Amino acid sequence: MQRHAPGLPAAVPITALRRPGELPPSFRSSGRFTYDGSFDGLLTVVLACWEQRLWPEAIQPEGAAQGGLFAETQHIETDEERARRVWDGLLRHMPGEARTSLYKTFLSERPDRELLIFRYVQLAIEAGGQDISENFGNDTVRLVADINKQLFREKHRMEAFVRFEKSHDGLFHATVEPDFDVLPLIAEHFTKRYADQRWLIFDRRRGYGLYYDLQRTDILSFDAASDAPRSGSAVSAAVLDEREPLFQTLWQTYFDHVNIPERRNLKLHRRHMPKRYWRFLTEKQPRERRFEPIQNKNNAA
Amino acid sequence: MNERIQEKLSILADAAKYDASCSSSGGKRKNDNGGLGNAEGMGICHSYTEDGRCVSLLKILLTNHCIFDCAYCVSRKSNDVKRAAFTVQEVVDLTMNFYRRNYIEGLFLSSGIFSSADYTMERLVRIAKKLRLEEKFNGYIHLKTIPGASEELIQEAGLYADRLSVNIELPSDDSLQKLAPEKNYAEILTPMSQIQLKVAENREERELFRKVPQFAPAGQTTQLVVGATPESDHQIIKLADGLYKGYGLKRVYYSGYVPVSGDQRLPQVVQPPLMREHRLYQSDWLMRFYGFDADEILDPAHPHLDLEIDPKLAWALRHREIFPVDVNTADYELILRIPGIGMKSAKRIVAARRFAPLTLDHLHKFGVVLRRARYFITCRGMALEKREYDEQTVRRKILYGDGQTRSALVKRQLDLFAPEPTIITAPDLVSPQLDLFRQAS
Repeated sequence: MQRHAPGLPAAVPITALRRPGELPPSFRSSGRFTYDGSFDGLLTVVLACWEQRLWPEAIQPEGAAQGGLFAETQHIETDEERARRVWDGLLRHMPGEARTSLYKTFLSERPDRELLIFRYVQLAIEAGGQDISENFGNDTVRLVADINKQLFREKHRMEAFVRFEKSHDGLFHATVEPDFDVLPLIAEHFTKRYADQRWLIFDRRRGYGLYYDLQRTDILSFDAASDAPRSGSAVSAAVLDEREPLFQTLWQTYFDHVNIPERRNLKLHRRHMPKRYWRFLTEKQPRERRFEPIQNKNNAA
Repeated sequence: MNERIQEKLSILADAAKYDASCSSSGGKRKNDNGGLGNAEGMGICHSYTEDGRCVSLLKILLTNHCIFDCAYCVSRKSNDVKRAAFTVQEVVDLTMNFYRRNYIEGLFLSSGIFSSADYTMERLVRIAKKLRLEEKFNGYIHLKTIPGASEELIQEAGLYADRLSVNIELPSDDSLQKLAPEKNYAEILTPMSQIQLKVAENREERELFRKVPQFAPAGQTTQLVVGATPESDHQIIKLADGLYKGYGLKRVYYSGYVPVSGDQRLPQVVQPPLMREHRLYQSDWLMRFYGFDADEILDPAHPHLDLEIDPKLAWALRHREIFPVDVNTADYELILRIPGIGMKSAKRIVAARRFAPLTLDHLHKFGVVLRRARYFITCRGMALEKREYDEQTVRRKILYGDGQTRSALVKRQLDLFAPEPTIITAPDLVSPQLDLFRQAS
């Protein structure tokens, strides 16, 4: 599962930036931590690090944790109240936008995201009130900025490539498998836009979805993939709205005819619309009838 | 019924596809009536055609019946093509249902001219009005204004549409009158300045009274066909420059001529001039975002864009006296002019150097293309090249690398046989720096 674009280093050994003995004065030693994998959990770990004056050498979700040889790992229980304190407190050290960029870094699901976030917060605190978010010469800052750019791109792609199907009960539903956990970031966009129809966007890879019921948008989780109410092509034609196949065909027709064969450039086509998105795109599904170009050229020169 | 609508859609999408614009940006229409759609954000390309162009809007003609006979147009009267016409309701239905499925950002509606300009324009306006008022549609609507339509209809169109456009069609009045006997520049420029005036008036009124309805909030654009007539690139960008400055256009679109006709007045080209079109878009970007004047890009002594190198590099090679530029001290405007540095890296450079002087390694990590920039910069007083090369040498090194001329020629020949040129042809989204997601208007 590729989590990041080839342009970025996969995982920077963040801890290598601080050698033992070079810890900032507010840390007495270093430690390894596990947590439940939630963002609140991570914020709780950050607070624990400060309280115990331990520089985190590793922060890993429970289960995914790989203990170092001889290393003792401390598990931190998530505490929403303590997480809230950290979240609010971050604003004393950075502007809101930078704080949001840390949340997005978390959504990138990179294996080094926790340490990257901790490191960024530490940098901001050490900068003593100066906004570091444009200090692109610093590797941590630039990496956070680059990850945010990737997140933005994936969010934007989801806003573009979601394809709703209408079912007989009027629900518009779509299945996606984004590279990053971007559903929380697209909720507002879809809520504003599709205010007058019920809709569901299901992230099949992560097993949860966004559901809008004409009043508000909620996160719905499905424990097992099989519980997913409708998962893309698995929807049987029987539950679809009777005019749904018509509009899918019309969209395919439109897609075929808006193309200019003389300008064909498949490389560019795939760069804008990478193949991994095709499986959920209506216009990329097989045609019921063969495409017939309109013969509107007078070739009798 | 279904078959018929499918056939209509194929005919009327096919006839509309040569209009390059598919932009959905610049709107400010919020969904505040609990209806469908929202056009306040940046534009979105929901799909891409196999030629790599953005599909943002349902771009169709209301009909391809036309009383005009413009030589460059597929729908011209004398062309033997299948004809079709949508009803108002059919267009409304398609737009709503495509939008609900997240296929599109909205509608781009144009039309062949049937019976009269006003009669046609009135239909286009009726569709926009119906979408807005009856269907509570807040998505994007781009209406083409029909040449010769009355001022009242254009006024009404602007109330429902986000964007209006009048195509200037060809790069000179002479060519236009030759190929489109029913059209001339005066008749095209009149509605253009009328729209410009209304947009400006509307902006003033809205400053005083918030409740005044918006008039074409995303402004107006135009398009011209390149390569069907003999104008030089210099003439074309001068024209575009004049349109931006004189008529406040948001965009000028350049459409490389795709042969749609065997008319003897037109060149019998096989391939559309895609590279030329691409270079024109790059020049357009230089004028709109990089602070270049049309006359800096080309002049009567250099009337044509260099197809091998981009216009910014061409300019830099002609102005060696300005370089090298030091990235740690130069103004943003000057950094923007360095080949290999785009807007994004220029911004990063001026932001980051406030914290610490930048090194070459930084530039590389910011995405600067050093292969090109190296001949034009210094970094903390140091040049990257030990020698100063002349214009031709720099050009050759950038194009073919450091090797000998002989191997450069071989490489060039191999390039000629490369399967698919990586030509960037999605004018709506792509800046020369491949700034994929900023849909500038």
